Amino acid sequence: MKQTLVALVENKPGVLNRVASLFRRRNFNIDSLTVGRTESPDVSRMTIVVDADAEQIKNQLYKLVNVIQVEEVTDMPNVSRDLALIKVRVNSESRAEVAQLSDIFRAHIVDAGQDTVIVEVTGDEQKITSMVELLKPMGILEMVRTGVVTMTRGAAILPRNGYQPANGQRTNGNRQNVL
Amino acid sequence: MKLTGAEIILECLVREGVEVMFGYPGGAILPTYDAMTKYPQLRHVLVRHEQGAAHMADGYARATGKVGVAIATSGPGATNLVTGIATAMMDSSPIVCITGQVTTGAVGSDAFQEVDVTGVTLPVTKHNYLVYDVEELAYTIREAFHIARTGRPGPVLIDVPKDVQNAVTEFVYPEEDIVLPGYHPPTYASESQLEAAVELIRQAKRPVILAGHGVLMSGATQEVLTFAERTQTPFSLTLLGKGGLPEQHPLSLGMMGMHGTAQSNMAIQNADLLLAFGMRFDDRVTGNLKTYAPDARKIHIDIDSSEIHKVVHADVPIVGDLKTVLNQLNPMLETIEHKEWMTQVRDWMEDTDDRDIIHQDAGDRLLAAHVIHDMWKATGGNAVIVTDVGQHQMWEAQYYPHQNPHTLLTSGGLGTMGFGMPAAIGAALGLKVPNVWAIVGDGGFQMTITELGTAAQERVPINIAIINNGYLGMVRQWQEFFYEERYNATPMLSPDFLKLADAYGIPARRVTRREDVPAAVEWANSITDGPVLIEYVVEKRDIVYPMVPAGADLHNMIRRPASPDSI
Ligand SMILES: Cc1cc2nc3c(=O)[nH]c(=O)nc-3n(C[C@H](O)[C@H](O)[C@H](O)COP(=O)(O)OP(=O)(O)OC[C@H]3O[C@@H](n4cnc5c(N)ncnc54)[C@H](O)[C@@H]3O)c2cc1C
Ligand SMILES: Cc1ncc(C[n+]2csc(CCOP(=O)(O)OP(=O)(O)O)c2C)c(N)n1
Ligand SMILES: [Mg+2]
Repeated sequence: MKQTLVALVENKPGVLNRVASLFRRRNFNIDSLTVGRTESPDVSRMTIVVDADAEQIKNQLYKLVNVIQVEEVTDMPNVSRDLALIKVRVNSESRAEVAQLSDIFRAHIVDAGQDTVIVEVTGDEQKITSMVELLKPMGILEMVRTGVVTMTRGAAILPRNGYQPANGQRTNGNRQNVL
Repeated sequence: MKLTGAEIILECLVREGVEVMFGYPGGAILPTYDAMTKYPQLRHVLVRHEQGAAHMADGYARATGKVGVAIATSGPGATNLVTGIATAMMDSSPIVCITGQVTTGAVGSDAFQEVDVTGVTLPVTKHNYLVYDVEELAYTIREAFHIARTGRPGPVLIDVPKDVQNAVTEFVYPEEDIVLPGYHPPTYASESQLEAAVELIRQAKRPVILAGHGVLMSGATQEVLTFAERTQTPFSLTLLGKGGLPEQHPLSLGMMGMHGTAQSNMAIQNADLLLAFGMRFDDRVTGNLKTYAPDARKIHIDIDSSEIHKVVHADVPIVGDLKTVLNQLNPMLETIEHKEWMTQVRDWMEDTDDRDIIHQDAGDRLLAAHVIHDMWKATGGNAVIVTDVGQHQMWEAQYYPHQNPHTLLTSGGLGTMGFGMPAAIGAALGLKVPNVWAIVGDGGFQMTITELGTAAQERVPINIAIINNGYLGMVRQWQEFFYEERYNATPMLSPDFLKLADAYGIPARRVTRREDVPAAVEWANSITDGPVLIEYVVEKRDIVYPMVPAGADLHNMIRRPASPDSI
């Protein structure tokens, strides 16, 4: 079964590499992995969708010194979003059809060329997959998906494990910023 | 105080309490080597190959419990460390490796002797650093030592570009506590976990303690003994757990696993409760997982949460430091007896004793098991033994009972041939005692034989015992059992070890008869101002019994045939 984990990691060079290397060497199958900035410049956030034992992955992630917090959110009420850009071949008839489909999926046509359009669609994985299925017969020339980002609903936030960004004091002399 | 990066490195090592570093110079680390002239309190041991430096640091760490330090230059110097780092990683040994790197501007340009060492060592270090700014150096070194020695220990590598070593800055030693947002080694157990454990312990009729390396790393010898004696629970040791508990204790079953004692494996397979104390259910320990301890519930205490349920499902998982947890648990327990179980266990022990090669006459053949047994006697069981990897390692484990912590150092998880002699050098320099023995095979010894030069130059008082069976014996054993005796690539020609020793100025002796073993040991012990070498020329076609074939059920051991002439 697919499981979703959200991880807060220190925003330092090489951290993504450490996480990716862990998944490879432990033979954990990644479905998707996204990483991006957060409200705090010192912290990045990863959303990891896997088909493996989430508890073991979580514990392995904790062995990485730069991983601050990991939460499995599969069964928590959450908002999950994936974004896709899909370039479709169109002719005078199918152009309208694509526009119509985009309306239904609340997608946008973000580029229109002579015989192509780019559709931008956001939603959970399933929604995007259905849209892709419907566009397929028209001829998808190119597609890219960002991978899922997830946030739990309501007031609950990922605890920071008492994490405080560096204050610039804890170091050799004149050092300004540790992270 | 203005210091260069190189001086900061050494200044920080001094403050970490480092006394000796094992290393090899080269272009990218030269600033640090030059700065060493200002730090005479740091002894530098020049190795012959960087792998040796990593093993020496590892041996130093395992023997003393302190962090070992290895230093190498960029590129080939650093890659030569890798086997030693991986060895330390698998066995959770705390070492810090410092490598030189090409200048920051040249990083990424395939510069001369450039290797992405943090990339190469990423999977085999607990953590690693590439330091781009001299201002980060002092803090990074403190952090590295902290990470290496705390929690589940392990190797940490710090890669320092040459210009960072040359850069000058005002040095202020960072005294404040280390703050690592993602690093919080667990310590104690919760009430509810302890209560669940107590419940299982009270119900158990056939309990066995599986004592691992964690007993040593946690310093929990006394606590485990208290537990075992109070609850009358027999204990079995992993290879790396040896020394953690006294093996001559009446509750000791000896080693478990592939080449463990029959009583250990029988007790485990028949147990109704396993108490896994700081061990990780390695496949050499469990055999076939499907049939492993089928009736036993498991209480697993480990400091690393990822070890829980990794291999064997734990009914009561406790993540914490073993000593701390047992100090919580022991007061909750009253005296318990398991008379019937202990009677059964003693029967198994007697059966083992009946079959023991120690009571059998080998005629005029010199058997390695007899050599080790006699070495044990002649050293009063008090030596610090460092082994290499192979049959001799297993015979050591079987025939040299250890009574005290940190007296057996051996590469378990990676099984690195070539570990023995350099690790013994590190141990001897750390412990400053003359009774460190390297027990090595003819094959493994030749992998790092070059460190004889280091032992001779530094006059390290190690005793080297080569168990020369003319074969890669452990592989030969597998060929005999599982490859229809096709001995491909296992007979090994060795140099004349006595002449070789002589070339290094190392006193050496050859022993071919059992009656000469005690005198040879005594002779070696009498030489305390440098290395000594003894070559034991032993039976070539010998087998380590018992053996659980890889992946077989733990109780299905190949036992020694009863008659002495089929040894
Ligand atoms: C040729 C060969 C044959 C072998 N045959 C055998 C055999 O027959 N039997 C055998 O036992 N081994 C054998 N081994 C060794 C085996 O491969 C493993 O290395 C060994 O079993 C591991 O022992 P361990 O789990 O105790 O130690 P480690 O692998 O070092 O694991 C230690 C565990 O303790 C935990 N720990 C660390 N600190 C603490 C703390 N403070 N508190 C609590 N927990 C802590 C760690 O997280 C880890 O899980 C053999 C090796 C070789 C090379
Ligand atoms: C670096 C390395 N290469 C290969 C092996 C596989 N191996 C395990 S034991 C062994 C034989 C060891 O022979 P020797 O050192 O003579 O010891 P013996 O078994 O004869 O006591 C080999 C080749 C290993 N463990 N390590
Ligand atoms: Mg051999």
